[in-house]
Amino acid sequence: MNTSANHKVKVAILGSGNIGTDLMFKLLREPGHMELALLAGIEPQSEGLARARSLGINTSHDGIQPILDDSSIRIVFDATSAYAHVRHAKMLKEAGRIAIDLTPAARGPYVIPPVNLGAHIDEQNVNLITCGGQATIPLVYAVSRVTPVPYAEMVSTIASLSAGPGTRQNIDEFTFTTARGLEVIGGAKKGKAIIILNPADPPIMMRNTIYVLFDGEEVDRELVVESVEEMITSVQAYVPGYRLKNEPVFEVRETPEGKRTMMAMLLEVTGVGDFLPSYAGNLDIMTASARQVGEVFAQRLLEQEITQ
Amino acid sequence: MKAPRLTDTTLRDGSHAMKHQFTRQQVRDVAQALDKAGVQVLEVTHGDGLAGSSIQYGFSRTDEMDLIEEARKTVSKAKIAALLLPGIGTRKELKDAIEHGIQVVRIATQCTEADISQQHFGMAKEVELEAVGFLMMSHMRPPEFLAKQALLMESYGADCVYIVDSAGALLPDGAAERVKALKEALKIQVGFHAHNNLGLGVGNTLAAVAAGADQVDGTLRGLGAGAGNTATELLVATLDKLGYEHEWDVFGLLDAAEFVVAPFMPFQPFPDRDSIAIGYAGVYSTFLLHAKRLGQQYNVDPLEILVELGRRKTVAGQEDWILDVTLELAKQK
Repeated sequence: MNTSANHKVKVAILGSGNIGTDLMFKLLREPGHMELALLAGIEPQSEGLARARSLGINTSHDGIQPILDDSSIRIVFDATSAYAHVRHAKMLKEAGRIAIDLTPAARGPYVIPPVNLGAHIDEQNVNLITCGGQATIPLVYAVSRVTPVPYAEMVSTIASLSAGPGTRQNIDEFTFTTARGLEVIGGAKKGKAIIILNPADPPIMMRNTIYVLFDGEEVDRELVVESVEEMITSVQAYVPGYRLKNEPVFEVRETPEGKRTMMAMLLEVTGVGDFLPSYAGNLDIMTASARQVGEVFAQRLLEQEITQ
Repeated sequence: MKAPRLTDTTLRDGSHAMKHQFTRQQVRDVAQALDKAGVQVLEVTHGDGLAGSSIQYGFSRTDEMDLIEEARKTVSKAKIAALLLPGIGTRKELKDAIEHGIQVVRIATQCTEADISQQHFGMAKEVELEAVGFLMMSHMRPPEFLAKQALLMESYGADCVYIVDSAGALLPDGAAERVKALKEALKIQVGFHAHNNLGLGVGNTLAAVAAGADQVDGTLRGLGAGAGNTATELLVATLDKLGYEHEWDVFGLLDAAEFVVAPFMPFQPFPDRDSIAIGYAGVYSTFLLHAKRLGQQYNVDPLEILVELGRRKTVAGQEDWILDVTLELAKQK
C-alpha cells in the first residue's frame, strides 16, 4: 500500500445513483489529493456505472465487497441509503476504512466543512446531515459564534425533480436530522426545520430561508452581518453557487416569549451542474461538501504517512 | 339523497384569519356549538397543520395540543381531527396529537407530491386512526393526474382523499370533474375543500357534492385563509333546501356563526381585491395576510406580490417567498 508515491489517496464511491454519479464527476474534475479507484453499485444495469465505465473508472455491482477486498482504498463515500449505511458503517470500521456518510444514518458525528471539520479529522466515520443542513447550518453558526441564538428555523424549498425516493419516503428524517444539526452544530438552543417540494416547471433553484431569533430586541446587527458574510465566502470556496439573495432582513416580532428581534436570510444555492442540473443545488451542496471532507481527510492521511 | 359528511375546520383553517391566536375558551365555545348542531368532524390544529407554529407561518398563542385536548373534552358526538403537512409536521407531532385525543388525521401534500405521505399514513393505520388524504392546490393539475396521486394515498391506507382547492381558483366544472375522476378511480371516499376567493365556496362545494363527494368542509362565517372557506352554515342551509337527508341543526349553525364566531372574528373574510387576485392567479390562500402585511411594510401593492407569486408557481408552505418577492418588487421601484 503505497499511496504517498503519487501523493494521492485512493477513494471509492459506494452507490451509483444520482448523488454517487455527481460526486464521481466532482472527483474527476477536481481530484485534489484523491484518486477515484472504484464506483460500486448493486445494479448491473445502473446508468451511473455505465457512465463511470465510459469514463474509464473501475466499477462493480457487487456492493461493498470489492471495496473491502481492496485494502488500498482508504476513504469510502457512502451514497446509498440510511438503511444500507448502518450495515456498511460496521463493515468499513472493521476494515479500518474512513467512511464519509452522505445518508441520514448518522453513525458518526455531524460535519459541516467550514464549521467543525477540524474537530473530527481523526474520526472513522463522519456524517453530512442533510442537504438543507449543509446549506443552512453554516449561517446559523455564523450568528451563534457572535451572539446567543435561542431559536433558529430553516425552510428549504427544493425542486420536486431533485428529491429522490430516499428523501420522499423518509421526509421526517430530513426534518429531525436538520433541526438537530441546527442545534448541535449551528449553536441554536432550539432548531426547527421545514422542507417544501415545489413541482414548478422549469424547476426552481434550491432555496433556503434561515430565520434566527435573538434574546430580546437589542442586537449588534453589524457584527452579525459581518460574521454571516465571512461564512458565505468560506462556503463559496467549495460551493460556488452559494449566495444570499438579499441583505439579511431584521424585524421585531411578537413571539411566545415576548418581543424579539428576528433576522431572515434568503439563500439560493445554484448547482455547478457537474452531472445533475443546476437547479439541484441541494444535491450539489451535498456532493461538494463530501468532496471537501474527503480532500481534508486525504491530506491528513498523507501528512501522517510523511511523519511516520 | 344522503348528505355528505361535514368537517368543520373553523378551528384549523380559521386559525389563519385569527393569526393563530385561538384561546381555549374560543375553542370550547365553537366546539360545543358545532357538536350540538350535529357536525360530524371538527378539525383543530395550527392553520399550517401540526408543528405549524413557527416564524415562517406565525406562532400559536396557545399550544395546539392544548386546543385539541380542549375540543376533545368538549364534544360528545363529533370526532376531532388534526391536519398534518409532511415536511412541516412529523410523526412525532402526530403521535402527540393522537395522545391528546384526535380520532382523524388529515394528511396534506401538494397535489403532485403524494408520495411523501406514506410514513404518516402508515403510522395512522398502525393505531387504526381514520386517515384522510388532502391533495392541495388541486387546480394546478388535471383530473386524471390527481386520480393517480389519490391512488397512491389509497395504497398507503387512506380512508378518503380530498380535492383541495387551496387557492380558491377552481370553477364549478373544474371542481366537479376532479371529484368525479377520483370517484371513478378510487375504492375509498372522496372529499372536497373549497376557498371562496372567486366567490364560489358554496357553489363549488355543491358541484362537488353533485359529482359524488362523500365528505366536504366548511368553517363558520367562512373564517379561513384568503377570502375564507365555504361557510358551514350556508352550506348546510343550501344542502337542506336541495333535499339532502341530514341530521344537522340548520338554525343551530346559523346561531353558532352569528353569536359564537362573529363576535371574536378580527375581520370578515370576503372576496376583496387581493383575495380575488389569489383565486385569479392561483396562489395559496394563506399568503393573503402575509402579502398585505409585507406590502404595507415595504410600500408594495399586495396584488402585485400575489400575482408574482402565482407566476413563480409557488405552493403551500412557501411563505418565505412572499418576503423574497416583496423585497424584489420594492427594489424595482
